[in-house]
Amino acid sequence: MSETTTSDAPNISGKSILIEGVTKRYPGQKSPAVDGITLEIPAGKIVMLVGPSGCGKTTTLKMINRLIEPTEGRIVLGDEDVTDIDGDELRRRIGYVIQAGGLFPHLTVAANISIVPKMLGWDKKRIADRVDELLELVSLDPADYRDRYPKELSGGQQQRVGVARALAADPPVLLMDEPFGAVDPITRQRLQDELLRIQEELQKTIVIVTHDFDEAVKLGDWIVVFSDGAHIVQYDTPERILAEPANEFVENFIGSGAGLKQLTLRRVGEVELADAVTARPGEVASEVLARAVAAKHNHVVVVDERERPIQWLTRRQLTRLEKITAVREAHLPVVGHRATLNDALDTMLVSSAGAALVTGKRDRFLGVIDVETVMEAITSARASAAASADTPTGTNSGEVSIIAESDLTESSAV
Amino acid sequence: MWDFVQSHFDQIVFSSWQHASLVVQCLALATLLAVGIGALVYRSRSASSAANTITTIGLTIPAFALVGLAITPLGFGVPPAVAVVTFFAILPILRNTVVGLTGVDPGIVESARGIGMSRLRTLLQVELPLAWPVILGGIRVSGQMVMGIAAVAAYVLGPGLGGLIFSGLSRLGGANSLESVLTGLIGVVILALILDLVLIGLGRLTTSRGIRV
Ligand SMILES: Nc1ncnc2c1ncn2[C@@H]1O[C@H](COP(=O)(O)OP(=O)(O)OP(=O)(O)O)[C@@H](O)[C@H]1O
Ligand SMILES: [Mg+2]
Repeated sequence: MSETTTSDAPNISGKSILIEGVTKRYPGQKSPAVDGITLEIPAGKIVMLVGPSGCGKTTTLKMINRLIEPTEGRIVLGDEDVTDIDGDELRRRIGYVIQAGGLFPHLTVAANISIVPKMLGWDKKRIADRVDELLELVSLDPADYRDRYPKELSGGQQQRVGVARALAADPPVLLMDEPFGAVDPITRQRLQDELLRIQEELQKTIVIVTHDFDEAVKLGDWIVVFSDGAHIVQYDTPERILAEPANEFVENFIGSGAGLKQLTLRRVGEVELADAVTARPGEVASEVLARAVAAKHNHVVVVDERERPIQWLTRRQLTRLEKITAVREAHLPVVGHRATLNDALDTMLVSSAGAALVTGKRDRFLGVIDVETVMEAITSARASAAASADTPTGTNSGEVSIIAESDLTESSAV
Repeated sequence: MWDFVQSHFDQIVFSSWQHASLVVQCLALATLLAVGIGALVYRSRSASSAANTITTIGLTIPAFALVGLAITPLGFGVPPAVAVVTFFAILPILRNTVVGLTGVDPGIVESARGIGMSRLRTLLQVELPLAWPVILGGIRVSGQMVMGIAAVAAYVLGPGLGGLIFSGLSRLGGANSLESVLTGLIGVVILALILDLVLIGLGRLTTSRGIRV
């Protein structure tokens, strides 16, 4: 995740969103549900809204597409102030996905996806092509799924169609309220991966409400942590929030194991691997043992003619051998270089060696990752997280007014 | 009895036709009115419960009394018959319309609004189609009920099988009087059955496969 702000790069189809001084007071309630929030959402990024139940996440989200009208403040989409334009017209330009997809049960999948394009007056051919294109994007075979009704789909498939429907008219912004809340953990993980893949391709601006902090860490370029009244406690990258929670509230919210959560942020290929003594089938075991002793290594990795690891031998095993064999060991602890550190840790804990072999393209052996490397990665993540900057604005009026007052006294003194 | 039917066959067919035509037209009119009123009130809790109360009270009014009352402003013949039949037909449909529309999953309505459908479009394209099976249930109840009420309406010289019943009743004991009453009654029952079958068929044709149970 690079945070270089490339907001105007041509491949980004998203638009930035600015929520400025927005307050929502529901009639008959003492304190506002959303209290003077100012939040900048950069173009082409995924921003996650997290916080305890009832803190105003949904209200904040729904004010962006004006499903809920703000009591005060303004909303800017790209460089257009959309606070006062027609709400229906605005919503046709913003994708919206709710839990379980919110599909219309009396319409087929194709008809569900066609609604917005139809309202925008597209012709039949263009709509039909678009439906197929979108179904493919969300990994559903158009021929098979086009004419089904929502009740003939699984929960995960309904959710996919919901995303396809939201993307139908290619809106720059996508709003999602607990989109994966209603599916089982395995399906959820798959849908999350899919959303990341789609986002890589489309580069929309996506705002997602979730109460699952792990989901926020996994999906978010940025995370906003709210307390009651949509007060922003911290607005930062997942790395920084994990490494440097702003206060106890955020710490509690992250829950235990912040370090472990960080591991899902880093890939095996990004950390420095330990090298290993390698050998090939046919070599004399005592020579190999001598090499291992010289290098002060306890293990030797045997690779085949295409550099793929086939055995992982201890010194003791070597002493009992005469020649290295070409036997392929069945349960080598191997991880690919794209796996997360979390996956790697899992593999290590299962293997007796307390380390794992890392393979790259075409399963070529790259090196060894051990628990120490992972620990170092956590530490260095803290350091590098501290270095990243360029955080978009996120404040509430209360905090701003303190600054504003001092500004005022200064300027009035002049 | 059979002799009576044979000798009055043309009259019976004509009356049945008129009876059915009165009921079907009033039912169509009542559906339009009831769905319209239902759509106006369902979003407000107080208006909905007012509509429900009116329906409940309305259904306790004896049809015969209302027919009599309708003579003063509307005179005799078709107009009071149409007014009374339509009035009663509205009640079950209105109740079911309110129930059906308030029963639509709020999440679905929210996502309709969320993708930019206007209030009216949401009502016409999402809420009414989803509430339709419930509304149709109301129409079927209405159909059964007003078949009988339409017969009562013959008291004000309205059209239909009620004529046979009333003329029979008024000279009970006379020749063919019982046959006349029975023919009218059985005719009403048969028409009611046919109408119900037609409405079930209509329901199949007009309900999306996606929400059929
Ligand atoms: N329509 C409404 N009328 C009155 N109060 C409301 C309404 N909607 C929300 N609220 C109140 O506003 C506050 C914020 O609600 P909101 O739905 O934004 O919370 P949330 O952060 O999305 O919570 P959750 O995680 O439970 O979904 C809550 O205290 C809630 O009771
Ligand atoms: Mg919510």
